[in-house]
Amino acid sequence: MNCREFVEFLMEYLDGGLNDAERSVFEGHIDACPQCVNYLDSYRETVRLGQTVCESEDQVPDSVPDDLVRAILAARNA
Amino acid sequence: MSDGAASTTDDLALIERLRTGDDAAYEEMIRLHGGRMLAVARRFLRVEEDARDAVQEAFVSAFKSIDRFQGQARLSTWLHRIVVNACLMRLRTRRRKPEQSIEDLLPGYLEDGHLERPASPWRPETADPAERSELRKLVLESIQQLPEGYRNVLMLRDIEDLDTEETAEQMGISPGAVKTRLHRARQALRELLEPHLREAVA
Ligand SMILES: [Zn+2]
Repeated sequence: MNCREFVEFLMEYLDGGLNDAERSVFEGHIDACPQCVNYLDSYRETVRLGQTVCESEDQVPDSVPDDLVRAILAARNA
Repeated sequence: MSDGAASTTDDLALIERLRTGDDAAYEEMIRLHGGRMLAVARRFLRVEEDARDAVQEAFVSAFKSIDRFQGQARLSTWLHRIVVNACLMRLRTRRRKPEQSIEDLLPGYLEDGHLERPASPWRPETADPAERSELRKLVLESIQQLPEGYRNVLMLRDIEDLDTEETAEQMGISPGAVKTRLHRARQALRELLEPHLREAVA
């Protein structure tokens, strides 16, 4: 397995979609290639950062502006 | 997002009041759920007026189909799916720019299969609230640079927490295409973030 193939199968690996044989080839490359370890870590971090993007908003949900509430109620009765 | 969880008794009580035509219940539902829906719409549409229009459309459509709400999901989850749908519809009707190619944003390889630009270790995330909020802004701005078809898949899967099947349904593409696009979108986002996040070389 080379680095290109490693990157190609990365998501499948993280999702647990590789079979035993594929996984051992994949993990063999992890042991041999520090660059791909960096790639794997930063890919994971990318996914995690995406998931935290809405964190702040979800902790303090925005309130609905009053004029929007009125507009929605008016649209319902239209 | 509490996917898969059934409706709460509060949800069911509110729905029952909507079904009997209790006007106050409509306003209550908007005030209870509208803020979070507006935050979703802002993430997708980036233009305040469009975001408000999408939320309005979502509520009107939810009120119309309230009889189809079966209590198999949380009301918040159900409304979330409806506003996501309204946002995607709105994006579809926007003037289409020619879709940029994702290839330019993917990592390049040498002939022997090695990465053209070696991946670097990233610095760990800071605990400083100001820096964290800067970082979230950077991530959102980088996501905006992805071609729309990839950006939408990444947002649905990684931010809005829809599963592959739901994303496929919302986007009108196959589950296989969702997986391919998600993986490419994440790779492209990683490339965009790397210059900002790699550890300073000593
Ligand atoms: Zn490698």
